[in-house]
Amino acid sequence: MDNRPEIARAAAEAAARQSYGKLVAFLAARTRDVAGAEDALADAFAAALERWPQTGVPEKPEAWLLAVARRRGVDAVRRRQTGEAARDHLKLIAEEVEARMTDEELPDERLRLMFACAHPAIEASVRAPLILQTILGFDAATIASAFLVSPATMGQRLVRAKTRIREIGIPFRVPERAELGERLGAVLEAIYAAFAEGWTDPAGTETRRRNLATEGIWLGRLVASLMPDEPEAVGLLALMLFAEARRAARRSPDGDFVPLAEQDTALWDDTLIDEAEDLLERAAAKEIIGRYQLEAAVQSAHTARRRGGRTDWAAIRQLYDALLALAGSPVVAINRAVAIAEDEGAAAGLAALYVLGDDKRLDDYQPYWAARAGLLARLGTTGLAAEAYDRAIGLERDPAVRRFLQEKRAKLTML
Amino acid sequence: MRYMLLIYANEAAMATAPSEKTYQISAAYGAYTEALKKSGAWLAGDRLRPTQSATAVRTADGKTNVLDGPYADTKEQLAGFYMIEAEDADAAIAWAARCPGASAGTIEVRPIWEMSDYPSAN
Repeated sequence: MDNRPEIARAAAEAAARQSYGKLVAFLAARTRDVAGAEDALADAFAAALERWPQTGVPEKPEAWLLAVARRRGVDAVRRRQTGEAARDHLKLIAEEVEARMTDEELPDERLRLMFACAHPAIEASVRAPLILQTILGFDAATIASAFLVSPATMGQRLVRAKTRIREIGIPFRVPERAELGERLGAVLEAIYAAFAEGWTDPAGTETRRRNLATEGIWLGRLVASLMPDEPEAVGLLALMLFAEARRAARRSPDGDFVPLAEQDTALWDDTLIDEAEDLLERAAAKEIIGRYQLEAAVQSAHTARRRGGRTDWAAIRQLYDALLALAGSPVVAINRAVAIAEDEGAAAGLAALYVLGDDKRLDDYQPYWAARAGLLARLGTTGLAAEAYDRAIGLERDPAVRRFLQEKRAKLTML
Repeated sequence: MRYMLLIYANEAAMATAPSEKTYQISAAYGAYTEALKKSGAWLAGDRLRPTQSATAVRTADGKTNVLDGPYADTKEQLAGFYMIEAEDADAAIAWAARCPGASAGTIEVRPIWEMSDYPSAN
């Protein structure tokens, strides 16, 4: 099968998004008007998405977009009637940007735009969608389908967030050292949220979702390259690459769920894993520990199996201990309990899990019930295990995982 | 940009606070106001008398309806305000966080709708 046209198309699309994001960021950083910047470039971006896959990426992609934006812009703005703002942007394109474009590179303001999108005054749940739209040019409908909300709702949230950026005067600035940690955390969290939404489609059957994982990694690469001295930015990229490296192994040829411990290591992407290991080492050398580095280290320990090694559960457990101390969450606690079970036995793991028992958030949290069912099954308490499997099955939204859990439960009753 | 910092506090708790606490809060507000002025951020600001002194006024069908009491019955009441000049939302939020009222109540930060924000006539 010849997939070269497909690859060329993807490359052209990536280039279009790259140039578009740079231009939106450049204009928005000067005006604080994200919607106006998007409007001014909308038609040019659509034209690039359509044309570049056929003609190839122009030599100066940003200049190409600007020229088209100017040529088509005035009419388009008149048609959309969003009026003044977009027209101001077109003027800005004409004056400042084009003057720069002649000899020097356009300054990359995307990091500043990302910090504006992930500002604490912007509602947390809209930060990732906002970054996907402003930096990568995805439309509201595509983002909505990935985040499982209606396009109308997503559209409203995005419009509101952009209005807030302009009206309340959110700065386009990389924060000062003192508050950088927390603020960078919000940016990384948004990027990870985008990646995770894509990750939930392991088979890659839903193009929109699969792309989101790729875009998450792309954003992670961007931030890691713009802030190479921030260990957590580098750590997040490592974490995403470790996960992405196992994508092909997560489903059998028939589309069945394959748990990590049973994955065929030959299907793991060694190049990605090697890159992730290098990144993790580079981050760790800074000796400032953080959530993403720890999670990447867990992934690293899991991939030890590819060179014939055994999974070092004691080490994984220690990493989860550190994660729990750093950023305790039910998710971390559950993973830690599973590691304890592998390290010390199912009873110890179950004890660690039961400590969480009265946390109301776990009532509808599938991984808790799946972990609990697995450990109860290993201890031979079939009745309780079956109950827990039922809860887990009822809470799962991925059919392949649901089938996997149902098979586990069926084996239970045969004993 | 100009921002309004609206100070919401629990009036009842303030009214029953011991006098040394009241004195300490007043002193903190004095220092805060001074800091705002020294840094050039202060434009205006005052404390409001409690909501028992409030009068709500509405007109309908040519009649003026005057009610004894505040517009809304809430847990925290508007107790005072500052109008400040700040570079951006970060600077305004930083000033709000320094306000003594932020540790006991809530400071609402609202940008001013400037004349220049209105779309021009054409």
